Amino acid sequence: MEVTVTVNGSEQAHDVEPRVLLVDFIRTRAGLTGTHIGCDTSNCGACTVLLDGTPVKSCTVLAVQADGCAVTTVEGLKSNGTLRPIQAAFKENHGLQCGFCTPGMMLVGSALIETNPEPSDDDVRWAISGNLCRCTGYMNIVTAIQAAAASTADA
Amino acid sequence: MTKVDDTTHMTTTAEVGGIGHRVRRHEDARFIEGQGNYLDDIKLPGMLHMAILRSPVAHARITSIDTSEAAALEGVIAVVTGELMDQHGLAWMPTLSGDTQAVLATDKVRYQGQEVAAVVATDPAIAVDALELIVVEYDELPAITSPQQALEPGAVLIRDEKEGQTDNRVYDWEAGDKAATDAAFARADRVVELSTFYPRSHPSPLETCGAIADVNSVTGQATIYLTSQAPHAHRTLFAMVAGLPEQDIRIISPDLGGGFGNKVPIYPGYVVATAASLLIGRPVKWIETRSENLISTGFARDYYMKGQLALTNDGKILALRVEMLSDQGAFYADAQPTKFKAGLFHVVTGSYDYPAAHIVCSGAYTNKAPGGVAYRCSFRITEASFLIERLVQNAAYELGIDPAEMRFKNFIQPEQFPYHSPTGFVYDSGDYPTSLRKALDEVGYAQLREEQAAARADGRLIGIGIAHFTEAVGAGPSHTYDIAGLKMFDSAELRVHPTGKAILKLGVKSQGQGHETTFAQIVAEELGIPVTDVKVMEGDTDNTPYGLGTYASRSTPVAGAATAMVSRKLAEKAKIIAAHLLEASSDDIELKAGEFFVRGTPSHSVTIQDVSLAAYTNMPEGLEHGLEGVHYYDPPNLTYPYGSYIVVVEVDAETGVWKVRRMVALDDCGVRINPMIVEGQIHGGLTEGFAMSSMQWITFDDDGNCIGSNFMDYLIPTAWETPRFELLETCVPSPHHPIGAKGVGESATVGSPAAYVNAVIDALAHLGVRNIDMPLLPDRVWSAIQTAQG
Repeated sequence: MEVTVTVNGSEQAHDVEPRVLLVDFIRTRAGLTGTHIGCDTSNCGACTVLLDGTPVKSCTVLAVQADGCAVTTVEGLKSNGTLRPIQAAFKENHGLQCGFCTPGMMLVGSALIETNPEPSDDDVRWAISGNLCRCTGYMNIVTAIQAAAASTADA
Repeated sequence: MTKVDDTTHMTTTAEVGGIGHRVRRHEDARFIEGQGNYLDDIKLPGMLHMAILRSPVAHARITSIDTSEAAALEGVIAVVTGELMDQHGLAWMPTLSGDTQAVLATDKVRYQGQEVAAVVATDPAIAVDALELIVVEYDELPAITSPQQALEPGAVLIRDEKEGQTDNRVYDWEAGDKAATDAAFARADRVVELSTFYPRSHPSPLETCGAIADVNSVTGQATIYLTSQAPHAHRTLFAMVAGLPEQDIRIISPDLGGGFGNKVPIYPGYVVATAASLLIGRPVKWIETRSENLISTGFARDYYMKGQLALTNDGKILALRVEMLSDQGAFYADAQPTKFKAGLFHVVTGSYDYPAAHIVCSGAYTNKAPGGVAYRCSFRITEASFLIERLVQNAAYELGIDPAEMRFKNFIQPEQFPYHSPTGFVYDSGDYPTSLRKALDEVGYAQLREEQAAARADGRLIGIGIAHFTEAVGAGPSHTYDIAGLKMFDSAELRVHPTGKAILKLGVKSQGQGHETTFAQIVAEELGIPVTDVKVMEGDTDNTPYGLGTYASRSTPVAGAATAMVSRKLAEKAKIIAAHLLEASSDDIELKAGEFFVRGTPSHSVTIQDVSLAAYTNMPEGLEHGLEGVHYYDPPNLTYPYGSYIVVVEVDAETGVWKVRRMVALDDCGVRINPMIVEGQIHGGLTEGFAMSSMQWITFDDDGNCIGSNFMDYLIPTAWETPRFELLETCVPSPHHPIGAKGVGESATVGSPAAYVNAVIDALAHLGVRNIDMPLLPDRVWSAIQTAQG
């Protein structure tokens, strides 16, 4: 089936089988490997992307379901050569170790900040509770998302 | 005893960024932009995809395999069976513990999830489709699902192919002095006993395991991309197993999405992918699904432990006796030093001073996945630390002594270091009383005990759990520690270029620990080269010096030491060059923070950058050009990080649900190279300890079906459940490590499970509850309360 998805502002049209998942469309058709696969059961959130601005686990969405939609992946966070506050905050606050969960965490965090400019510790923890991290114990991820919210509000 | 903290230790400016600076990580730049390069991100021209057919049953004889329909599917290039592997002598492979393991089953399957056949196809989905078309007939045998069952007389023989194997026993091993221990028990006032099961767990890094084998049929060059924590050791083992010339094997371990011990062994999938690439002449990629990761690759723990403490009435420990029975799965594949059958479990005497201990360990084959990896721990130290800290806590209850006081009474004292333990370890340094005192003060221990008493009177349950762990990490020394015969040294190679910029190459391999930053900081400290001018390279066997890899918290103790030592080698040569530039004698040259000056006249100096340029442009006569060296470091001893962890919980007696109110963790890991990274490591470990104590385990039904084969059944804590941590530190440097560092990557995983469990037990201790096996699921806690209350 012909599927057209706007990924990070660039139109991606590919002929795919109906069973192809959005995560595979992004990784193998659009060639963007920053979106990761960590489980088969939609538990880990490593494949999280923004679908028309809303975080989704792209292993739970068929590519055909995203036909005509806009997807933002980690590669689309930076704009005009400048890092998003969420990216800078993850580095500044040591919000990542192996980096595998990081794209999903940053995308969920960026969506949270859009609707909640001053998230509490609990707000952040609830928002990222669909994303697993095996390295950090989440402490610095929470700090990073709150710091990103603060610097977004200041900007 | 010297005590320093990161601020007093700092000798370099923030621009140079040596030891003690919270340098932001160099590796982050690529990860925050989605430019990491993990195994599954690699795509080679002409690459094929492999999928593995696994056994649906735990124990069965294979009566037939029909691959004809699968082979006929469009897009399928090859179907590989055990029979085909056997024709090339590759149906079986050696394990890291001297056993053998089936690559693809030829005779029997011995656990659910065992590799039976593989399909190589042009597309990963086609490969999976083809698996469905392979028809295997199994003649089922009884499944053995516990080591106790395995050792019963007449139990079905799991390893019937193994010459001389007449039962399911894997090993018997002991440590310590039985006679001295028996004598101490004979004169004890009291004996306190605890039997507990440390359940099977799985490291499950967020990235699963995989390989891309690219064997060039013309040149024989085999480039194997591997999720490997130990690429050099893996190259050697590939050479030995597959018979490929070692110089033609290049292992590239790209960015790893976590490891935690899961990426230490060699898995059948790696071998099959390599064989398939060799036979087909095209690159072959294999990457596990999460379920494959959980059901077939290196598990951890699975120790049944019984401990006894011989005690005086006033709370002095006289001796320790331990019996341990381990569930090894179908193949004995622990990743551990050759001399020790149960890893370093015999460090079980812990942080306490008593003269006698006797440890008896046995292992048994079962119809479960093999592994026994050191999941974020130094070879079974997690199990050991858990047992002694649970025992000491219970001894305190039985003797009516406060659990903190019980520890103070028995601690190894600061002046006793180096301390010779009754099972043969030589603890390097420590100040345990100061550590525990500081943590107790922080948590407000006395007030908490008062609050606990008041709450009990009120019918509410509060518990305060203490654990004081001592780790033994950083193997070698090589005279005692080897893996499959390879001595456990490690290496660093450093080249400073004419412009003063450096490349450091290491034999270890980061899985998220931040080596690209930490090890650059050691060079910055030693030579004064700014940390941003040092590039760290790892994970490519053709371009890094030989080393044993990253696990057992050994990178900083061993490769970190090698980095300091190679930097010092270069500093000696640099002094000769500086003397030449300053027209002085090299004996009079001193190096401080990147400046070389003549002793007594600091104004007369040249910089490391001046010297680097001269090394290529203006060398003193007779001196070899360049500024480059390599150092292979063989540590004189292990290092012994330690810490005091205190957990405060509230338990709901109606439901058995417990919540962590405080988690105060004091770690002493010697000198902290990058305190920010150290704290991140501790956060991660405390979370894994929480996971094991509260929810994370893999179990099996009576037929050997794995319960816990996906993240819906194998629970990983999310941000919502995970406690908030309060960190403290002391710093007693390692006396034998060049920069006084001890390693920290695993301390919190080792130390914290006992703290969480002790807290819940402490909440119920007045009811007479002395044990609940992990994980402390609410129903188990509730049942313990009900039973205690009759």
